[in-house]
This record gives sequence, structure tokens and C-alpha cells, in this order.
Amino acid sequence: MIIDINFVGLIIASIMASAVPLILASCGELITERSGVLNLGVEGMMIIGAISGFALMTITGSLIIAVFGAMLAGVLISTIFAFLTQTLITNHVATGLALTIFGIGISAMIGKNFVGIPGKEFPVLFEGLKDTIPLLSPILFGHSIVFYFAFALPFITSYFLKKTKIGLIVRAVGDSPESASNQGINVRLVRYACILYGGAMCGLAGAYLSMIYTPQWIENMTGGRGWIALALVVFSTWNPIKILIGALIFGGLTIIQFHMQAIGVRIPVQFLTALPYIVTIIVLVVISRDSRKIRLSTPSSLGKSFHKDN
Amino acid sequence: MIKIVKRDQPSKTIFFFTPVLAIFLTLVAGGLIFFILGFKPFEALKFFFIVPIADKYGFSELLLKATPLCLIAIGLSFCFKSNNWNIGAEGQLTFGAIVSGGVALLFYDQEGFYILPIVILAGAIGGIIYASIPAILKTYFNTNEILVSLMLVYVSKLILDYLVVGPWSNPEGFNFPETRQFSESARLPLLFEGLRIHAGIFLALAAVVISWFVFYKTYLGFQMKVSGFSLKTAKYAGYKGKKMIILVFLISGACAGLAGVGEITGPIGQLHREVSPDYGFTAIIVAFLGRLHPVGIIFASLVVAITYLGAETAQIFMQIPKYTGQVFQGMILFFLLASDYLLFFKFKFIGSKK
Repeated sequence: MIIDINFVGLIIASIMASAVPLILASCGELITERSGVLNLGVEGMMIIGAISGFALMTITGSLIIAVFGAMLAGVLISTIFAFLTQTLITNHVATGLALTIFGIGISAMIGKNFVGIPGKEFPVLFEGLKDTIPLLSPILFGHSIVFYFAFALPFITSYFLKKTKIGLIVRAVGDSPESASNQGINVRLVRYACILYGGAMCGLAGAYLSMIYTPQWIENMTGGRGWIALALVVFSTWNPIKILIGALIFGGLTIIQFHMQAIGVRIPVQFLTALPYIVTIIVLVVISRDSRKIRLSTPSSLGKSFHKDN
Repeated sequence: MIKIVKRDQPSKTIFFFTPVLAIFLTLVAGGLIFFILGFKPFEALKFFFIVPIADKYGFSELLLKATPLCLIAIGLSFCFKSNNWNIGAEGQLTFGAIVSGGVALLFYDQEGFYILPIVILAGAIGGIIYASIPAILKTYFNTNEILVSLMLVYVSKLILDYLVVGPWSNPEGFNFPETRQFSESARLPLLFEGLRIHAGIFLALAAVVISWFVFYKTYLGFQMKVSGFSLKTAKYAGYKGKKMIILVFLISGACAGLAGVGEITGPIGQLHREVSPDYGFTAIIVAFLGRLHPVGIIFASLVVAITYLGAETAQIFMQIPKYTGQVFQGMILFFLLASDYLLFFKFKFIGSKK
């Protein structure tokens, strides 16, 4: 059997493409969680980003407005979460769930008029280099700018958290809000910023789905990716580089599923579709079994409200 | 000048008043959304909240939708009271429906008084089995129950889909994704001629009474309350934490499974792809809106059930998209959580200058 080396490259590239929304959303959520805030509304913010991006693209015709508009929509919806959890000191879990329910509802409401409209072609970079190097070309070239950004993001995030002053502040706020506050850091402000940043990244992840990955609007098109992104943050033990690995594994599961159907493996399609969810559970179990390791890497104040009496 | 002051103690009156406030604020915000969408706000709200329940049939539909919500929310209140975040009731409902539906299909050509109890029991067991997965993983493998219970929702829906399309599909059904009709003996009886409300409502009411008794009259209820308040205190008092976590999960799984039984053995009488319009998720809101109190949950389930009916009526009469229901549900929870601020803080007017 001859395996076409470029075909292998194409499969790897498609795995990477399906990992993009997971990387974006997880890296955003990772910053939010590093500041001590657990936002379970990832799915809701992603779907809002998806419909906003698609709607703006259809209405304005501008891809730039659409991409940034989707990020802004993510920021706006996460502002609700930030206001509730930070200013009104509500429970993070319940507020995040409300955000997801609300987001799915409102996206379907807005999206009603956009069902069945074909998307636009999103420009790709380095198109001309596509046939230059065997195997590597399809992996490296001919992708959207969001794709390249997503694969740079874990490294940027890691650098930000480890090497910059603001990154240090974010970690301090997440690990010990009391002492950070005593040092004169405005805990609430930092957390607001981290929540809104997470919203922007989830918005972008959603826009990638509806504008680039499958350029159309389908109700509920995020299909649980937001929850898998949340699981990836735990999987990574709050380390951005490991998010990259996790997202590629899940991307791989999604793609393998298609190929197994294509070559006629006689496994029910529903089982293959369920695979990413089942693997998520197994991975979570394996990672969390070592409770000491989890405790050491979890931001200490994750999910706990902080209120300064004055 | 207005100053915000922390209360010495959360106010009890406000505890039960804020849900009403939240509903009111949701109506105002909902009216605003309708206005933005270009509808007359009052007319839209009337179609959403009053028209659907104005007649006998409407009221029966309200009870029909409130039944699973109430049942699941009662189960969830066991989990939430003790700080266990089971958010996968939708999956437990679906799996309960699968198991009870499977049992009902075994008896599809038989009649007998013993069939219905077996079918109901099977549903509860299905829910219990499914809820035991996040419970055991949480207690023995330290795994986050929120993510596990949620992932299992997707898995359960895919299992159901596989069964109704594949091995369990009706052999005489022209490949429709549904099973055979269950026999009459496997069906929960309808209560009134021409209305769809069925005996499942008694399961919900029984759950209300039992949960009230457990919460306020038993040692388990006390333990749950203490654990929910402070895990450290619970440990200090020597409570068997793991056992309790598993128990509350199993209770809520059983309730969700029973809700699943009601959905398939009530008016429909067969398994098909969509056994539940996200009752399992909506019930989370019901549990909070009802303040995790059995009686509160009854009222909350009625209020939230209207959003389901209202969404349908508004879609038919005003072409308002049916997802408005979910938007309303999300808003209710937002406003409820927000108004909890009044529980812990109060506004104090200082001086005469405004």
C-alpha cells in the first residue's frame, strides 16, 4: 500500500484546524481561571461569538468587522458575568450556567434569519507555497490568520503568565487575593479584565467555527466544544502549552471519526461522535486521580468570591 | 447619599422575596427585548405568559411541563444543598427514559397490572446508574463532577439516537427514528379525558413531600445542610462525606430518571429522538428559583413551565422565535443571582442630600 505523503499532511492539517476553537477558548478561559474566576459560560460565549461573527459578515460584508465584532460580542456577554460575580458577588458556577443557557437562547433568536445563508470565503495566507515541501506544506501553509494566531497563543499566554509583570499580578490575584489586595492590587479590576479577555477569546473561537471552519450558521453549532475547552483547562493543569497538546488530541478524535466512517469501519456513527466526550471523561479521571498534583496546580482561589470590606 | 452596608445576618424575608423580584425584573427586561425586536411589549408578554394558560387545556399543558421540572429540581436540590454540582440531570433523564423504554418494549405485546411499576422502577434505576458515574468518579477519583455529568449528557443523547434509529426502531415504522408504541399497561394513565396531564404528576408531588421530610426531619437532611454550609465543619463533625455525596447524586439521578419515565410513558408512549426539551438544564434554574425548598420548587416549576408554553404560543401567534423561552430562563437566573445581593447587603440613606 502506498501512502500519499501529502494526504498525511492534509489529515494533520485538518486535525490542527479542528483544534483551533478549542485552543482559543481554553487559553482565554485559562487566563480567567488563573485570576481565580471559574467561568462555566464558555459554551454560551462561543455560540454568541459564532452568530455575531456570521451575522456581521453577512450584513457588513467585512471580515475584519465580523471577527472583531465577534470578539466584542464575547466581551459584552462576559461583562454580564463579570458584573454579577465580581460586583454583586454571585456564585461562579450558577452564573456561568445562566450565561450558557442565555447565550444559546439569544444566539438562536438572532440566528433565525441567518439559517441557510452560505458563508464567505475567508482569505488564507501563504497560498502560493502550498506545493513546495512534501508533507509539511499542507501543515504550514494556506491557513487563515486565526489559525496561525491560535497556534501562537499558548506560547504567548505562557510567556505572559511567566515573564510579564501583569501576568504575575494575574497569578497573584488567583493564588491569594487577600495578599494581592494588601499589596495594593485592585483584585476586582484584574478579575474583570481577565473575564473580559476570556470572553474575547471565546468570541473569536465561535467566529472561527461559523466563518472559517464550517462557514455557515447552524443552531447550537458549538455542540459542546465550550465544555470540552473547560475540560482542557483542567487537563492542562493550568499550563497553556499542555492545552496545545490536549486540543490536538481532541481535534484528532474528531477527524479520525470522519475518516473511519469514510473507510467504512462498521462502528455506529453515534459511538464515534460520542468518543470525544467519553475520552474527555477518561482523561479527566486520569489527570485528577492524583489529588495532590491537582491541588498544587489549581489557582488557590478558583471559584471563590472575593469581597473587600471597606 | 446612599451607602451600601453589609447585613449582620442574611435577611430571611428577602430570601423568599427575591425570587418574586427576579421574575418581575425578567418581565421588564423581556418586554424591553420584545420592544427592540419590534413587537408591542405588553401584547407580546400577554401572549407569552397569559394566553397559553388561559383555558383548561392550557392549564393542563402547564402542569404537564411543570411535572418533570419539579421532579428533577427536587432531586437537584439534594445535590445543590450539599454543594454537589450535578448539572447533568438531562443525561440522567435521558438514560432513565432509555432503560424504562427498553423494559416497556419487552412487554410491548402484553398487558398486565405489573408492567407499569416495573417500567417506572426501571426508569429510576436508569437514572441512578447514570448519576452514579459522576458520583463515583468524584468521590474515588477526585474528578470534577460538573464536567463529567455534562459530558454524559451528550453521550446519553447519542446512545438514545443510536437505539431509536438502529436496534430498537419500530420494524413496521418505515424507518422513522422511533420505537414501537408501548402497550397500554406500560403507560402512565391520563387523568382527564381530552387533556394530556398524566399520573406522573403524583410522582412529582410524592417527591416534594418526601424531600421536605428528609430535609427538615432527618439526620441526613441536617448533614447535607452542614456540608453545604462548610465542608470543614462536616468533616470535623465526622460525617461520612463520600457516602453522602454518592447518596445525593443517586437521589437526584432517580428523580431525573422518573421524569424521563413520565416523558415517554405519558402522552407519547414510545421512545424517540427528543425525549426532553432540555428539562434537565431548565430544572437547575427551577431549583434555584425555588430556593432549594420543596414548596418553593413547586411554584418555581410552574413559573418556568410557562416559558416553555409561552415560547410556543408566541411563535404561533406573533412569529417570535421559540428560543425566547431559553432567553427568559437565562434572565430569570441572572436576575435571581443578582438580587441575592440584597440578602447580604442593604442600602442605607445617609443625610438628607440626594
